[in-house]
Amino acid sequence: MAGWHSIEGPAVALPQDNIDTDQLIPARFMSVPRKDGYGPYLLHDLRFDSMGAPRDGMPLNAHPEAQILVTRRNFGSGSSREAAVYALADFGIRAVLAPSFGDIFASNAVNNGLLPARLPEARIEVLLDLLAENPQVMRVDLQDSVIRIGNEVIPFELDPVWRLKLLNGWDDIDMTASHGSAIAAFRAERAQSAPYALLKDQPNDPRNP
Amino acid sequence: MTVQPRSLFDKLWSAHEILRRDDGSCLLWVDRHLVHEGSHHAFAKLADRGLPVAEPALTIGVVDHYAPTRDRDRINDPDIARMIRTLEQNTTRHGIRCFGLRDPRQGIVHVMGPEQGLTLPGLLINCGDSHTSTHGAFGALAFGIGATEVAHVLATQTIWQKRPKTMRITVKGQLGPSVTAKDLALSWIAELGADGARGHAIEYAGPAVEALSMEGRMTLCNLSIEGGARCGMVAPDDVTFAYVEGRPFAPTGAAWDSAVADWRALASDADAMFDREVTLDGAAIAPTVTWGTSPEEALPITANLPDPAQLQGARADQARAAMDYMGLTPGQRIEGTQVDQVFIGSCTNGRIEDLRLAAAVLSGRKSRVPGLVSPGSALVKLQAEQEGLDRIFIEAGLEWVDAGCSMCVGMNGDLVEPGKRCASSTNRNFKGRQGRGARTHLMSPAMAAAAAVTGTLTDVRPLLDGRV
Repeated sequence: MAGWHSIEGPAVALPQDNIDTDQLIPARFMSVPRKDGYGPYLLHDLRFDSMGAPRDGMPLNAHPEAQILVTRRNFGSGSSREAAVYALADFGIRAVLAPSFGDIFASNAVNNGLLPARLPEARIEVLLDLLAENPQVMRVDLQDSVIRIGNEVIPFELDPVWRLKLLNGWDDIDMTASHGSAIAAFRAERAQSAPYALLKDQPNDPRNP
Repeated sequence: MTVQPRSLFDKLWSAHEILRRDDGSCLLWVDRHLVHEGSHHAFAKLADRGLPVAEPALTIGVVDHYAPTRDRDRINDPDIARMIRTLEQNTTRHGIRCFGLRDPRQGIVHVMGPEQGLTLPGLLINCGDSHTSTHGAFGALAFGIGATEVAHVLATQTIWQKRPKTMRITVKGQLGPSVTAKDLALSWIAELGADGARGHAIEYAGPAVEALSMEGRMTLCNLSIEGGARCGMVAPDDVTFAYVEGRPFAPTGAAWDSAVADWRALASDADAMFDREVTLDGAAIAPTVTWGTSPEEALPITANLPDPAQLQGARADQARAAMDYMGLTPGQRIEGTQVDQVFIGSCTNGRIEDLRLAAAVLSGRKSRVPGLVSPGSALVKLQAEQEGLDRIFIEAGLEWVDAGCSMCVGMNGDLVEPGKRCASSTNRNFKGRQGRGARTHLMSPAMAAAAAVTGTLTDVRPLLDGRV
């Protein structure tokens, strides 16, 4: 995954609370292999009616060039499905601005280079008003944790660990590999201090085959 | 010298911390890693990098999300067949124990794990499923993770985490008759919000929690994620040990005695500090149902719906949108709302105690609407049949089927049709969760059974009077 420092692109308003990951990608699309692309399924049932026709008034239909999403609280709550992030990323979304995010979603987002930026509710409402009619170009600077729109410079909140990860495009498996000896030592110690944590090869109960 | 008092969470966290970076990121050891069909992305990532599974013996697979609940020998949907086959191939390739579709222990991962004694107090348990918080009922540190993290756990048996804040929810007094852990969970989520516990690890405590069975504690911890929490937990006690003892993968003999001694010491110290404390009165909690499209939109069955005209800004928009989707009227009584069907099952409420209570409501009665009962595991199904519960459901007119996630998430094809209203013992009333356009009301299995009996959302208490 490549790191990034700033993005500049169209920001779109999605003025809804609690957009959960079931809405971001309905379960029926989740058996698709990643390489096939998840973009078409993003917010599928909000974007398309039951006959598959795009809904009028859905900003992501009118503006498929959107790169930044501004939305209300508890975005990405619910299921841990990382496919919700794949759908956003494959659609072309690079950053989501909201008052709060589901914890697992936010972590998944950072693991895929997508920024979950937190802003106070009042700020979000102002941005939603600003973007109500049309998308506007917005710039996100990761290093300074600010967004710029028109002449406004607005700070956002992001865990510093996550900022570094996004900036550098760090991969956790690579990072962990450098701690191999600490892990091996811990494993040996745990086997001593908590023998119950080891799993035996076979169950011990005649109730089970 | 004074020793800093520690909470259950503090003890669990420090027992698993391999190292802590200066920036606060901790590398934690994972004792149990549970995988299911949805883990295919993670196995694909591993394959891309040519990595082996670090600890196949600590990794356990189970078929649940796509498990057909009928006619398992003829899976007609090629996507479902492929998802199940992929898990079985991935686990075989890596030497991982897998409870497949034909295994008599197959079931929903969060029912099967505890049932088999794979879930124990003191463990750190991960699974690529948000309801992994369920296992916290045993005094384990258990939380759901995404596919990239699943790949990381497969490759290293560790996970990077920032330490969450802590929160204690103390429930004083006792729950009333026919009021369950489900009602308790929905009522705290309604009070604090679906993101009310975001970034926190919850410990549930107090007399009403101690009085819960393991099944009830699992329901309570399961729903922690619906209030936004990272995980939920209950201190292990005699109720816990009685449940775990003798389970297939639980320790035995001297190892058991020594483990129990360790586990008793996990309870929070008397003066342990929490970042946040919430206190509830158990006696004040009524049977609770959701009316909207977020678990926070829940009310006592005796209440009326809110009126969006009396709410402000985004809250008013949210309530209006939810009522529109749900086909409900502002200010109406929730009780008496007609339902089209019921579903009893899921990792939240698909255990034997749940089925017993639902059967107690349905015994000798008929369901006015169609419904599906899917036990949480094949062993729960077997036990229910030995107790004759299946006959009660079938005689009431409900369908008794095999174990899996089933209609909670609809991946196996068990769906609620568009516009239909379902009284459901599951965990999410999200738009489209049970099927496109489906209208879900979350409630306890007893309340779902009551909805079956009357064909409407109903207070179960009179129906259970004298029966339990």
